[in-house]
Amino acid sequence: MNSPVYTMWLRQVKKYLRSKPRMIGSLGQPILFLVALGFGLGSLYQSANGGNFIDFLAPGIIAMSILFTSMFTGIEVIWDRQFGFLKETLVAPVTRFKIMFGRTLGGATTGIFQGILVLIIAAIIGFRPELALIPLSIIFMILIGLFFTSLGTAIASKLEDMQGFNLIMNFLVMPLFFLSGALFPLQDAPEFLKIISYFDPLTYGVDGLRATLTGMSQFGIGLDLVVCTVLTLIVLWIGAKLFSDIQI
Amino acid sequence: MEGKKEENIIEVKNLVKKFGELTAVNGVSFEVKKGEVFAFLGPNGAGKSTTIKILTTLLNPTSGEIILDGINPEKDKNKARKSFGIVFQDPSLDDDLTAYENLEFHAVFYGVPEKDRKERIEKMLKFVELWERKDSLVKTFSGGMKRRLEIARGLIHHPKILFLDEPTVGLDPQTRNHLWGFIKEMNKEEGMTVFMTTHYMEEAEEVANRIAIMDHGKIIEKGTAKELKKKTKAKNLEDAFLKLTGHEIRDESASGLDHLRSHARAWGRR
Ligand SMILES: Nc1ncnc2c1ncn2[C@@H]1O[C@H](COP(=O)(O)OP(=O)(O)OP(=O)(O)O)[C@@H](O)[C@H]1O
Ligand SMILES: [Mg+2]
Repeated sequence: MNSPVYTMWLRQVKKYLRSKPRMIGSLGQPILFLVALGFGLGSLYQSANGGNFIDFLAPGIIAMSILFTSMFTGIEVIWDRQFGFLKETLVAPVTRFKIMFGRTLGGATTGIFQGILVLIIAAIIGFRPELALIPLSIIFMILIGLFFTSLGTAIASKLEDMQGFNLIMNFLVMPLFFLSGALFPLQDAPEFLKIISYFDPLTYGVDGLRATLTGMSQFGIGLDLVVCTVLTLIVLWIGAKLFSDIQI
Repeated sequence: MEGKKEENIIEVKNLVKKFGELTAVNGVSFEVKKGEVFAFLGPNGAGKSTTIKILTTLLNPTSGEIILDGINPEKDKNKARKSFGIVFQDPSLDDDLTAYENLEFHAVFYGVPEKDRKERIEKMLKFVELWERKDSLVKTFSGGMKRRLEIARGLIHHPKILFLDEPTVGLDPQTRNHLWGFIKEMNKEEGMTVFMTTHYMEEAEEVANRIAIMDHGKIIEKGTAKELKKKTKAKNLEDAFLKLTGHEIRDESASGLDHLRSHARAWGRR
């Protein structure tokens, strides 16, 4: 109870748990994707690849829900700035890295929570994950959560108000999601799409989740883990730097 | 203060802050002595809050020198932040947390020892008469209640320097008196330096040891209330203030972030 990092984390988690509409709302989209795509494209996938589409799709949708939830927590810095609470944290005798880190841990925690909920829902719909590597999947969830909370924080540190929000959603978050191989197998995609996807950090997160949950993988767990860890550390560092430089 | 050579806890030299074309603070110099209550007075948009934001590390100055408790807050932000507390002019609470949680957050961030935390939070919440509402979310509070909570929060830890940027805006007279009484007591008993702004001249006259009057980014006069009145041959501080700053209203340039005041203005124009 004495650490600012913990207090900041707790604040983020409380805010998340208290906004039931947001929690439920952010479950709607993954369920829709799982049901509509899972059942809608299931037979197409099966005739082309053989195998169950839900097994392929579920890890991608879990990654998506973590992406959205975490990114949102990161971008919430803008709200804190507008409602004024950000000032209160920024003048406190606590290094801004700690503040940012606590926030980011909070964002990642809510992301993972959301990811696990989607995992359970997917299991109800028919997803059959391999249980042996679940701890490793959780590590991938943590990395995806940390990465996107930091990224959101980094961007929000540079924005004064919410006007850029739609821009970020449409030109960053959505492309990151659609080009990551969350929805379709990249192996069969045209070359140019494949190459683009190699530059999408989420590609490695999705691949890592898919590898640990289903055994299907493009790059192998080792490479996924290294890429995700390195990228997360870099973005965490950039986010902390930009957050430290905020002026009000 | 007893017989010791009076030392300056704040020293500001030629402070300038520009926002693009606009010069909000235009070459301001002043000192605040340790243990003093120092008031910054000035019309809307004079640059008071901007000066406070620079002193409290929220903004970097365009140029000028500052020493705060022996530290340069521009270079050594983390160290500087240890020496002050602040009640902001604009809202700064987390609406999704309860009153108690807001104070607890602050206490942890300001390193109030765990054993004292509960007691101090209770004391301050009782002081602003919000103890019964301690578990309510802040978003359910009225404007004045939020203000009282911010004040309670600002007084939970006892800093060397306390910045109060229009702390009494929106408070009823009872709470205002109560608050200034408490501040004076802390100032006397703990030697806490107070740097305040207000638009209530009686408050400044009663509480402040020294006053600086600021207008258009510059300090136009400094001194005790008595000295200012004498210089302008005014019967009270309000009169002196008006003589020094003129009678026209400054609304266009007033602080953009200042919700309370801009609301007040919008209403006034109807
Ligand atoms: N972030 C900002 N960007 C641009 N201009 C700003 C910013 N903050 C303040 N200003 C401008 O700087 C000037 C001084 O503002 P400041 O808030 O310091 O005034 P003030 O003396 O505190 O006034 P008030 O009594 O209304 O609180 C104003 O003209 C304001 O519009
Ligand atoms: Mg102001």
